[in-house]
Amino acid sequence: MTILLEMRAITKEFPGVKALDAVNLTVEEGEIHALVGENGAGKSTLMKVLSGVYPHGSYSGDIVYDGKVQSFAGIRDSEAQGIIIIHQELALVPLLSVAENIYLGNERATRGIMDWRATRAGAAKLLARVGLREHPDTLVDALGLGKQQLVEIAKALSKDVRLLILDEPTSSLNETDSAKLLDLLLEFKRHGVTSILISHKLNEISKVADTITVIRDGSAVSRLDCRNGISEGDIIRDMVGRSLDDRYPPKVDTAKAEVAMDVRNWCVTHPLHSDRQVVKDVSFHVKKGEVVGIAGLMGAGRTELAMSLFGRSYGTHITGSVQIGGTDADLSTVRRAIDAGLAYATEDRKTYGLVLDDTIRRNVPLAHLDGVANGMVVDRQREAEVAAQYRTRLNIKSSSIEQQTVNLSGGNQQKVVLSKWLFADPDVLILDEPTRGIDVGAKYEIYTVIRDLAAAGKAIIVISSEMPELLGITDRLYVMNEGRFVGEMPTAQASQEKIMATIIRSGDRP
Amino acid sequence: MTNTTNPDTADLPLVEVKSSWSFLRGHMREYGILFALIAIMAFFQIATGGILLKPVNLTNLILQNSYIIIMAIGMLLVIVAGHIDLSVGSVMGFVGALAAVMIVNFDIPYFLAGLLCLVAGGLIGMAQGFWIAYFKIPSFIVTLAGMLVFKGLTLWLLAGQSVGPFPKQFQLIASGFIPDVFRGEDLNLFSLALGVLVAGTILFLAIRSRSEAAKTGSVEEPFAFFVAKNGLIFIALVYMSYLMADFQGLPNVFIVMALLIAVYSFVTSRTTIGRRIYAIGGNEKAAMLSGINAPRLTFLTFANMGVLAALAGLVFAARLNTATPKAGAGFELDVIAAVFIGGASMAGGVGTVVGAVIGAFIMGVMNNGMSILGIGIDWQQCIKGLVLLAAVIFDVMNKRKG
Repeated sequence: MTILLEMRAITKEFPGVKALDAVNLTVEEGEIHALVGENGAGKSTLMKVLSGVYPHGSYSGDIVYDGKVQSFAGIRDSEAQGIIIIHQELALVPLLSVAENIYLGNERATRGIMDWRATRAGAAKLLARVGLREHPDTLVDALGLGKQQLVEIAKALSKDVRLLILDEPTSSLNETDSAKLLDLLLEFKRHGVTSILISHKLNEISKVADTITVIRDGSAVSRLDCRNGISEGDIIRDMVGRSLDDRYPPKVDTAKAEVAMDVRNWCVTHPLHSDRQVVKDVSFHVKKGEVVGIAGLMGAGRTELAMSLFGRSYGTHITGSVQIGGTDADLSTVRRAIDAGLAYATEDRKTYGLVLDDTIRRNVPLAHLDGVANGMVVDRQREAEVAAQYRTRLNIKSSSIEQQTVNLSGGNQQKVVLSKWLFADPDVLILDEPTRGIDVGAKYEIYTVIRDLAAAGKAIIVISSEMPELLGITDRLYVMNEGRFVGEMPTAQASQEKIMATIIRSGDRP
Repeated sequence: MTNTTNPDTADLPLVEVKSSWSFLRGHMREYGILFALIAIMAFFQIATGGILLKPVNLTNLILQNSYIIIMAIGMLLVIVAGHIDLSVGSVMGFVGALAAVMIVNFDIPYFLAGLLCLVAGGLIGMAQGFWIAYFKIPSFIVTLAGMLVFKGLTLWLLAGQSVGPFPKQFQLIASGFIPDVFRGEDLNLFSLALGVLVAGTILFLAIRSRSEAAKTGSVEEPFAFFVAKNGLIFIALVYMSYLMADFQGLPNVFIVMALLIAVYSFVTSRTTIGRRIYAIGGNEKAAMLSGINAPRLTFLTFANMGVLAALAGLVFAARLNTATPKAGAGFELDVIAAVFIGGASMAGGVGTVVGAVIGAFIMGVMNNGMSILGIGIDWQQCIKGLVLLAAVIFDVMNKRKG
């Protein structure tokens, strides 16, 4: 076997975070190589380095491809060498036809004039290769996700692909479409195409992969050869196996007997696809002073659950009942949900959490403006005092409360979002990925705030894809997979292996 | 005053005290527009040989631009909320026509007719805002349709004719001056006193808000800069009211405008409603997840725009003393240009009432000055277009730098 790709000691830093730390990756010609690791471990970053999204010079280390050291300045350079990446979010233009999408940016044309005959004929040939029976003139919009995925692959094939990279290609596909896609990968392998497959689904990986590289915390921790037969347990251990030292504040049992929030039979349907139920008959509760975690993989439906609870901000056909503090709660609008004592700090602080052009002072009271106003008139002095108070309490590093939140680091932005919700003084606080993309120091500060809130009698629900984090700060855990709650355990009895096993077993269920 | 820093603020813990000059450079986005107005006024004052700031011309300048400024205030809210209203010119013309038909043809008392016109404007704004806020139809399209509809309805209402003249009392809205209760000889003393009072109030409020900010340690503005800025504003206002007092006193419209500017400045910067409108313009999703009822606020913003467009229509009709089918045509462009020159952002969430008013004055001074110089309407249009472009480029570059 010859080696097609060798990435040597790749290190990539973002301000405050080391995303990749001397990662090595070796891919042999003609194999299917799987890249596994937890969310945020650095898989996607590594692939962005490889495809030139992060150009040569913005990282350290060497990419040796096809026997030569490469210095890609952009995606075009890597594509010219036959490295094609298909991202998790599909990059198709919905209102253009399949044929137009396949040749987008690579049009069949002579001197700027489209050659429609060559476009359609070429597209038809490529569609046959990926086994998609659709007319090239069909609009992409009219196709389901599985077929759109195949169009993406046809687009990759139109560029003489040698190394095909698929980033979680089956995460939004159903069983049949996933199986078809995996068969297609095996078919390509027979024709000499090398693939890198990023996936969370270990059953898929053990079905098609030849070798596996496990990435954890920005380092490649192991390289496993599947051809000798390996168990899912081995992979899981390498994925999650890290020591938990003093990265979390000490846990004190502050949970009271009184239930703060009780959710019964909660169901939510996807807002666009009325046949897809995203949250399926979920029941759970959280006690006063308790920190409850919801574990699961991306796409399990955790954010959808939280947002549908919070003023029906997500989904349609929402059914189920919620009690807060022992009485039925009206959560039909965000305002009412806040008034009922619920708060939700989003996973996507830039899109859903902050008014980025505004200052810290103006962001902090946004969910509870009445708290800094006399009637309709904002008392700017009180507002400044409130902002200053939270700036000190949460240690928001900034020049002053007049700093625009867009200029803050991720951790400090997150603290502003937290301040906003703390000032609204909820009884139940849902934190969705509260530490995503922020550095270790800020993480610890946020964990401390969470434990302090619990000690003050608040009920906290933490949604996180980082299992060590859930194990480190929660008292009790629910495990969610594919819209259902598939497990519940006291954190004291939980382990990453146990959570992973719960997810995988539920996913393998017929 | 040179670049001294104030000893009072120097020891405040949270504040990084800068010199006046570097502060100004950091805040070029806010003050650049004011300097542009001053520069443009100085240029035309010299180029026209002093005609620009003659009392009679200054009074005219304000009368000519009053309706643009009134609408710019409403448009500022619409644009801050992240929308646009292309229909204001047509709505304004329509309301003028409505007033003429009611007052001239049907002899309805002018006060009642005026009131009905404001209500009509509000209803028109609500009708457009309804689709924009609750059905998420793009405001560009809804108000483009409104622009055509009300242009057509104006023609229909007036049957293609001009309708006028209005009764004397009605005309006073636009052409009257406040009476001089002090009976000055050559000078309208009451107007002057009023001007000094307003200037003094603004100065007082500025000092008070600075001392409040000092208590919480959030003063950023250097003291020298603060003195220079507010001193200049005070002197400019007193001087302008002196000039106008020297002619016939303050126009009635000026009082209406000043009240609107004061009220809307307060609403946008100090009230919870104002805060929420900026929030939905800045990030609608985040605002909604903070419990803000974005659709209802958008709806109200358009209703408000309708009322102000109606008021502008009344002022315009009273000033021309007739309602014509062409009234208001193209005014929406001047209004929108004024708001953008004044520093508002196309994306929403940014802009101030005072900025929009200054933007309107920049357009107005250029119109007036170029007309005095005898520059043809052809070149006037070109120059105004380039100024709009330059103002926005300046704004975007400054934002990128910051």
